[in-house]
Amino acid sequence: MITFDGVTKRYPDGTVAVDGLDLEIPVGRITVLVGPSGCGKTTTLRMINRMVEPTAGTVTVDGRDVRGVDPPTLRRGIGYVIQQAGLFPHRTVVDNIATVPYLLGWDKKKARARAYELMERVGLDPALARRYPAQLSGGQQQRVGVARALAADPPILLMDEPFSAVDPIVRAGLQEEFLRLQRELEKTIVFVTHDIDEAVKLGHRIAVFRVGGVLAQYATPDELLDRPADDFVADFLGGERGIRRLRFFKELDEEEAAGGGTAGGRTGSGGTAAGGDDRTAAAGR
Amino acid sequence: MNAIWNSLGWFGEPGRWSGPDGIPTRLLEHLWYSLLAFAITAAIALPLGLVLGHLRRGRVAAAAGFLVTASANAARALPTLGLLILAVILTSAGDLVPILIPLIALAIPPVLVNAHAGVRQVEPGLRDAAEGMGMTGRQVLVRVELPVAMPLILLGLRTALIQIISTATIAAYVGLGGLGRYIVDGYSRQDYDSMAGGAILVIVLALAAQLAFAVLERLVVSPGVRPAARGRARPGTKRRARGAPDAIPAEGRGALGGSR
Repeated sequence: MITFDGVTKRYPDGTVAVDGLDLEIPVGRITVLVGPSGCGKTTTLRMINRMVEPTAGTVTVDGRDVRGVDPPTLRRGIGYVIQQAGLFPHRTVVDNIATVPYLLGWDKKKARARAYELMERVGLDPALARRYPAQLSGGQQQRVGVARALAADPPILLMDEPFSAVDPIVRAGLQEEFLRLQRELEKTIVFVTHDIDEAVKLGHRIAVFRVGGVLAQYATPDELLDRPADDFVADFLGGERGIRRLRFFKELDEEEAAGGGTAGGRTGSGGTAAGGDDRTAAAGR
Repeated sequence: MNAIWNSLGWFGEPGRWSGPDGIPTRLLEHLWYSLLAFAITAAIALPLGLVLGHLRRGRVAAAAGFLVTASANAARALPTLGLLILAVILTSAGDLVPILIPLIALAIPPVLVNAHAGVRQVEPGLRDAAEGMGMTGRQVLVRVELPVAMPLILLGLRTALIQIISTATIAAYVGLGGLGRYIVDGYSRQDYDSMAGGAILVIVLALAAQLAFAVLERLVVSPGVRPAARGRARPGTKRRARGAPDAIPAEGRGALGGSR
């Protein structure tokens, strides 16, 4: 469990990125931090692996204050995925994935074997192993990014807008596979997005932030849609129309589940793809 | 044309390929001054450029950037020959030191500026990913920034070496050896064949340095960051949909930091 206890981040120029945050992030679940830009969601995420140090309050992982662990050691035990994947252009796919195992001093053979195993896990053709990142599509790069974060099998995964740089159709596919992967792995995942539809689709728990780094509401997707805490949250959810549409998709999913639809059938269906486009349009409003 | 033919004849003159004034000796002397100056330049400018480029945030980084550009511009404005004569007058330490000073002063700017710019131009996302996965500052520099900046670093080193080789001819002005002897002595004797012969040898040596760097580039630059590699994505693979800022500086860009 990751716990924020009265955490504030204030920059030297006086800007408050996160303001008195109390938050408990459950083990083995996907917790989504969502909000408009400048709401402190990324800062919050980065305080977990000490990429940002809080001005006040404590962040603990399984009861241990993260400030008691030196940053490189702490970070090697926490998976990290960022927007645009941040892949190393001078390393092949397999060596990118093996980054953390190399840092942990695994021998090369074992690290590479692990990398191949992960490529399969995230749905990458092993034939891509010797390619360089510039030779991959955006979707493939994001998969490499996820595989790289999982390489040393960390219990916690931090993901900062990992799917926002790919087109809506690819994004919908990546989201589906991400959920499938999480059902197998049951990692503690903290996921930052500005897209409320992505938050509702992926999150077990959703933390909605408002500008100024204040937590507006922390709830399950159902609670959030049924009982938004205030006008800001209701607005952010996109009003009644958005809520209805989300329910509609949920019903569609349930229908498919009842009809024995497979994962392959879902990704292949036109509904998902069209939904992806539609949702982006909604988020863009 | 006649002059060239005559100078080619100069290469065949008796004694040209042996003795203290023979081509092999002069070539070795020239190489010795050049490589010594080059090694000292690299030992000073390379670590300095890399480390200053690595500091990207805050006042120190801003000051470092200013310092690199300003000192490079200042050093480039120095007249090499004047510096040589000054060094001869002011130093009494051996006969090699006076020639090394202007050569090093000339060669530091391209190495320093390119190493600094190469590391600074590494996409911030890469550095963020590297730190976020638990690399220490030194590991970020050595395992990520250095290899990504390698094409620019090599460009700086190559520029420096070629400038040193062409300028090392001035060693002859202060009584040292090297290929400059043929040019200086030829001038005083009005022996134009000797001057042309010396010039041709310097050109050949500079071309050889260029070739050596081409080979080195194939050995130490990852195919993933070679300027040519980016267009080589295989058919059927999409280029990045929404391009990240290029991590790979195109060759020539920022060569001396002049356009930045």
